[in-house]
Amino acid sequence: MKQKYLPLTATIFIFVLSYALCAAQYPNILSTRVIGNLLTDNAFLGIAAVGMTFVILSGGIDLSIGSVIAFTGVFLAVVLEHTSMHPLVAFALVLMITTLFGALMGAIIHYLEMPAFIVTLAGMFLARGMAFVLSIDSIPIKHPFYATLKGLYYKLPGGGRITLIGGLMLLVFAIGILLAHRTRFGTNVYALGGGTATAKLMGVPVASTTVSIYALSGLLAGLSGIVFSLYTSAGYSLAAVGVELDAITAVVIGGTLLTGGSGFVAGTLVGIFIQGLIQTYITFDGSLSSWWTKILIGALLFAFILLQKGIIHLSRDNRKRA
Amino acid sequence: MTTIVRTYLARLLPQLIALAAVLAAISMTFSGFLNLEIQNGRLYGSLIDILNRGAPVVLLAIGMTVVIATKGIDLSVGAVMAICGAVAASFITSGHSLAETLLVTLAVGILCGIWNGILVAILDIQPIIATLVLMVAGRGIAQLITEGAILTFNEPGLIFIGSGSFAGLPMPVIVWLVFGILVALLVRRTALGMLIEAIGVNRQASTLSGVFTPVLLVAAYVLSGLCAAIAGIIAAADIRGADANNAGLWLELDAILAVVVGGTSLLGGRFSIAASVFGAIIIQAINTGILLSGFPPEFNLIIKAAIIVFILVLQSPRFRTAFAFLTIPGRAAKPTEREAK
Amino acid sequence: MQTSSENILSAVRIDKGFPGTKALDKVDFHLRRGEVHALLGENGAGKSTLIKCLTGAYHRDGGSILLDGTEVDPRDTFDAQRLGIGTVYQEVNLLPNLSVAENLFLGRQPRRFGMVDIRAMNRKARELLSQYELELDVTRALASYSVAIQQVVAIARAVDLSGKVLILDEPTASLDAHEVAMLFRIVRRLKARGLGIIFITHFLEQVYEISDRITVLRNGRLVGTRDAADLDRRDLIAMMIGRELAAEIHSAHANTAGGEPRYRFTNYGRRGRIEPFDLNVRVGEVVGIAGLLGSGRTETAEVLFGAHRADSGTAEIDGRPVELSSPRAAIRQKFGFCPEDRKTAGIVGDLSVRENIVLALQARRGWTRPISRAEQNRLADLYIRALDIRTADREKPIRLLSGGNQQKAILARWLATEPEFLILDEPTRGIDVGAHAEIVRLIETLREKGMSLIVISSEIEELVAYSTRVIVLRDRAHVAELDGDRITADQIVEAIAAANERRAS
Repeated sequence: MKQKYLPLTATIFIFVLSYALCAAQYPNILSTRVIGNLLTDNAFLGIAAVGMTFVILSGGIDLSIGSVIAFTGVFLAVVLEHTSMHPLVAFALVLMITTLFGALMGAIIHYLEMPAFIVTLAGMFLARGMAFVLSIDSIPIKHPFYATLKGLYYKLPGGGRITLIGGLMLLVFAIGILLAHRTRFGTNVYALGGGTATAKLMGVPVASTTVSIYALSGLLAGLSGIVFSLYTSAGYSLAAVGVELDAITAVVIGGTLLTGGSGFVAGTLVGIFIQGLIQTYITFDGSLSSWWTKILIGALLFAFILLQKGIIHLSRDNRKRA
Repeated sequence: MTTIVRTYLARLLPQLIALAAVLAAISMTFSGFLNLEIQNGRLYGSLIDILNRGAPVVLLAIGMTVVIATKGIDLSVGAVMAICGAVAASFITSGHSLAETLLVTLAVGILCGIWNGILVAILDIQPIIATLVLMVAGRGIAQLITEGAILTFNEPGLIFIGSGSFAGLPMPVIVWLVFGILVALLVRRTALGMLIEAIGVNRQASTLSGVFTPVLLVAAYVLSGLCAAIAGIIAAADIRGADANNAGLWLELDAILAVVVGGTSLLGGRFSIAASVFGAIIIQAINTGILLSGFPPEFNLIIKAAIIVFILVLQSPRFRTAFAFLTIPGRAAKPTEREAK
Repeated sequence: MQTSSENILSAVRIDKGFPGTKALDKVDFHLRRGEVHALLGENGAGKSTLIKCLTGAYHRDGGSILLDGTEVDPRDTFDAQRLGIGTVYQEVNLLPNLSVAENLFLGRQPRRFGMVDIRAMNRKARELLSQYELELDVTRALASYSVAIQQVVAIARAVDLSGKVLILDEPTASLDAHEVAMLFRIVRRLKARGLGIIFITHFLEQVYEISDRITVLRNGRLVGTRDAADLDRRDLIAMMIGRELAAEIHSAHANTAGGEPRYRFTNYGRRGRIEPFDLNVRVGEVVGIAGLLGSGRTETAEVLFGAHRADSGTAEIDGRPVELSSPRAAIRQKFGFCPEDRKTAGIVGDLSVRENIVLALQARRGWTRPISRAEQNRLADLYIRALDIRTADREKPIRLLSGGNQQKAILARWLATEPEFLILDEPTRGIDVGAHAEIVRLIETLREKGMSLIVISSEIEELVAYSTRVIVLRDRAHVAELDGDRITADQIVEAIAAANERRAS
């Protein structure tokens, strides 16, 4: 088997195994209802994680997405409360803002040659600050269009529902997979992760690719914010704290190398499912406490970092022998 | 000796100016700001308040400075604070003495540091990734210890650390002052500081010169863990309870920011603990200032973001090359030709 | 097809200077259509600089470049590639994480309906590689193939993109004999297609195997261009290392230290880096190590210093076995080591000259016993004066010093530890003439004081000047030892050439 599929295979194996174990204990977990909820509950995280996957594949990191999600929610809530703007127009507007915001961070990272970590940390403060400035309260969104959107779903056999936002997440993943593997932009993202200097020598447009990657992450964080506001029907500037961490974790558990250059968008989806499954199991169990989620996810993260380390080690040995 | 003092002051000058400017700006909008008064043998006033409330970030910044000087970063300090606060609370409530509690808590902090250090120095994992593990899992571990509740305690000794006072100053201030001076003395009166800087600048050359790199790297993370433990104790003592969810939340970012404001480069090398402490106090002064001056506290984060962007631009290699001729004539190092091996 | 004598690439009077040094001094270079032209020279001769000027990586100060008869001025390597000049480096400049096909077609992937047509891309990649007798699974990551295959992929990409001139910069350095044969088959085929190929290597037998003509550079100047068939191997080596200087009187061997060897390395080596060797060093002796690049000189130094742990043999000092498992262990035995790559392994750039000088001593004393500031200043000033390190003051960051002064500061770092066994790897590389002479004098002084030294150098006349014995290396093994009156430039050149001839036959 090709080495690059190894982490992804491990992820899928762990997911299937743990799903089987859960199902053996609680057969209900197999119902379409649970599966539908899994999609709906993790929709916003999944969409943001797609953007994070691209960023990490390129060897960067984006700490701002949680704040951008919160900003988007507050922005929508404030706009819909105080103006008569149609939600769709507000969506387009906020997506433009978050995309530009991401592009700006990308430009700073590239042109000022600063680490992505600290630039997006500033972005994190800025976006959360803007959200605070708009409003510090949790503002409910009561626009009838929201109710319409929330009413849209596809009924699965067995009573489960694929809601609009759950379906949207799957769509974003599908587009993300195409973008990563079937476009020149996608290859360029992997190229940056393989080594910026070499990529530049080989003619990859480093500047525009970097800016596009963070713009994409901003766009998807904005979309995730819209989904989050649909999910909660409110905008709150303290919402979605730490989502960037969950997204990074999903990406790594999904088999993407944190150093960049290797991984799959589809893996991130499995990473999201694993996190969701752990939560679902703990809910089903009832006696287990929620903190086990964090500990288990931390342990998984550690296991995958070690696995990746081992694979890199192995491939280096292989090449020496070859 | 005087030249050393002078270079030291020159190093701290930007931070001192920034702090003075922040304080001046606040006192202009809020007249009573600089007032100090003594009640019951204890100093009160906004300035003291800044020093007191800044204690956790100051402590974290001390350890973070050393870690960053080795070209590393420690994302786990906030989570370690939560763990240690939880450990302290659970020990004291289960009837252990104050000394035992403190000892065990500090040991737990050190243990967390050893964990991070081993991942970084022995397993050779990137610091940002290595410490992410504990950042994610740590808060869960803390909740496990407190069993999800806010674990409150009434032990006067422990509470004293958070809200007591000594020699007119609040205990947290005393703690970080003493600890900061101790660490600064430790790194500057021994050769630790120089060796750490050497590792941060060029790990390979340092190892070839006989520097015991792995041990020093682990030590840096241990110090960071210890700082987080002390910060965790103070935070818990302050609210008389361990809040696993919120103790130290996002403080790792404030600590990193304090180090950056203190002028230590994120790329490792030269560091100054005093400058980082000033960095932390500047951040706290801005927080307090915004609160006092009637500005909505919401602007806090935006100002932080602005500070980062400002410092980023100043530190950016592009910016430096563009303005190098203004600062240090001829600093552009001569490119030495190297044949491919 | 035009006549083969016509030049496809001509570089005329190329000048390139760096602050303080002249890297290229009016160098002429002509490459014919359909020839393999070897470009040779020792370290610092200017090969890389010339290549970088040709490919636009450096901007030349003077001279002109003609490609196919028209003057060109490539702005960067990408531009040069577009014009027709492709380059393949020793460390393959491709992306190991991408598939073979993606590496071949990065930035120009075939598309259908806006999406990359992966099937078409893989098919085209297979077609392209079949011209190179390569049948690969082009969907696999480049990293899963050997360096030789990666090298061929890089050549295929470079030729496909440029197609007039192919520059091979040390392509064979990490290949085995079988792989080199495969590579040469490909080079011959490209030559037959009319490409001009510039071949840089330090394996002389490969030069003779594949090249039509040879150009030698030394110290940034053109020594000459000859037909490979007419150039004797010994003359070639003399051209490369400047034999006219060999007349210099050898002084050191006159007072060769007698007595038992103090340091005795028996069957010492490390698999994959350096074959086991025996080496004895007496007190007050300079053992010079000669050999062409890649012959195992640096590897010898590293294994002696414990930077790479030896996996065979024993080390003894005064008859007492010692374990040299790490630099720290070696330093405890009073070893010192100035590495070849000053920038990445030598200087600690942001620290001051003072701190760089006291670093090794401080590391040996341990962190709990700091050297007082006064003592640090004394040491720094002492060596700044003694070695004539040119710096505004001792607090200046060392990265701001010139190469020669950096080298002297690193030497000072070890001298401060009062070593008894000092290993110097290319101590005079890339530094100006004045500093060069001072370092050579210093080596003699240290020997007279009773220190044991191992000095690696590509400059034969320099080795002759200070060595009491010279070890000749080839193919990561010690193959000859010269002492006493046999240490002359002629004899060393002879030994290196003989070593190479033996390999070639």
